[in-house]
Amino acid sequence: MIANIIVVGAGQAGAQAVDTLRREGFAGRLILVGDEAQLPYQRPPLSKKFLAGEMTEDRLMFRHQPFYDEHQIELHLATGVTRIDPATRSITCTSESLQYDRLLLCLGTTSRLLTCPGAQLAGIHYLRCLADAIQIRSHIKPAARAVIIGGGYIGLETAATCRTMGCEVTVLEMADRVMNRVASPCVSQYFSDRHSAHGVNIVCNSRVVQIEGLNQVERVVCADGSQYDADFVIVGIGAMAASSLASAAGLNCDNGIVVDEFCRTSDPHIYAAGDCTNHPSIHYGRRIRLESVDNAVEQAKTAALNMLGREVKHDRVPWFWSDQFDNKLLIAGLSDGHDELIVRGDPTQRVFSVCYLKEHALIAIEAVNQPKDYMAARKLIADRTPLDAGKIPRIDTLLKEAV
Amino acid sequence: MPRIVFIDANSRREVLATSGISLMEVARQNQIEGILAQCGGACACATCHVYVAPQWMDQLPAREDMEQGMLENAWEPKDNSRLSCQITVSEALDGLEVTIPERQG
Repeated sequence: MIANIIVVGAGQAGAQAVDTLRREGFAGRLILVGDEAQLPYQRPPLSKKFLAGEMTEDRLMFRHQPFYDEHQIELHLATGVTRIDPATRSITCTSESLQYDRLLLCLGTTSRLLTCPGAQLAGIHYLRCLADAIQIRSHIKPAARAVIIGGGYIGLETAATCRTMGCEVTVLEMADRVMNRVASPCVSQYFSDRHSAHGVNIVCNSRVVQIEGLNQVERVVCADGSQYDADFVIVGIGAMAASSLASAAGLNCDNGIVVDEFCRTSDPHIYAAGDCTNHPSIHYGRRIRLESVDNAVEQAKTAALNMLGREVKHDRVPWFWSDQFDNKLLIAGLSDGHDELIVRGDPTQRVFSVCYLKEHALIAIEAVNQPKDYMAARKLIADRTPLDAGKIPRIDTLLKEAV
Repeated sequence: MPRIVFIDANSRREVLATSGISLMEVARQNQIEGILAQCGGACACATCHVYVAPQWMDQLPAREDMEQGMLENAWEPKDNSRLSCQITVSEALDGLEVTIPERQG
């Protein structure tokens, strides 16, 4: 009999899991442990509307306190977990020890840290949580000089927000193009151009070797000797699964907590969901780790159902989005292993999509300001519908009719 | 505070809303089933789809291209389909009625 469930990690996955557990009838003791003081909140707006001051903290929360009270979800917030002991089925928190029958780990990720000299100076920020966003926001004002290290989603979204708020913005990217890990060269070029048009200085092939300043960051120095004056720095150079608690407990970890399609870890009483998991993608037939809202939500639901004894597999086509200035990038699927890449539409018209095919079926799409293609693609990818590649570039034909 | 009515196959619920937030947020605050809003209001997922009572359609600002494109391939779109994250609640919408589709996505 399952009387106690503990969920560790109060982000997107953790919040979803407790919601689903109660909705699906779990009547035992339900504890949600989170290391931050706030009620569980959404992270995507932290680089966009919240950073821009267009959204208050209150609106970030998934649920307000009455929801947790009404559903008897015990919130242990501002609470760090120091140890999991699978043998006694207990976790050790800052000030107490708690017993579980089932444990769900929704530990998320930690930011990859800059290691160059000066990386500890004041004014250098990462963006992982609300407190980070609040700190960054305090620097944003007209003519403030922002240097952003890393041209991925976090770097470019914060660059767009800072620029819109009047900052002078430079983005330093180590690779030869921005978003090189997540998008095609054509999409990288498009976003690079949009940033330049808005006055963001994008510098690729640029490796940061030192940050200088007396007490506070003053400038960023690159390997080629170039220097960029900075009032503040945002570092977005990737994230790693927060799996140290799990590996210390002896759980199988390898680029994340290794789970099966039922979100079970190598311990039969412990499950994991969200960004921290290395999980099988049934659709793509390989193991993946995703940093994705949809994956966090859906794995959390799957884990909750399986903890309650229903056998449900996690089987999703991943999707992602990014907002930069007035452009929306919508991505569905994973493009690795494609054998054909077809551009639909014209980037100069600001509406286009990049379609990735493998053996005549769509496996991924990057849609720029093109919601129709994106929504159609999600179905085409999931169904593995064979497409007629010759029809795909014709923008007068709907993507779903390119069969 | 404007009153909003959410209707699904089994029930009809009237809730009091806060002006200035989105209809999707009103649904979420009131635990309305069937509005998933996975992207949290970024107009990126089409899982907060509602059918607006026809007499209210003219009271709402027109759909922008992004919402329009998302809705065309949402589950069973109709002329009165809207994404609830794109509708800002105000006193002018007091009494607004929306019906929740059988499914989202």
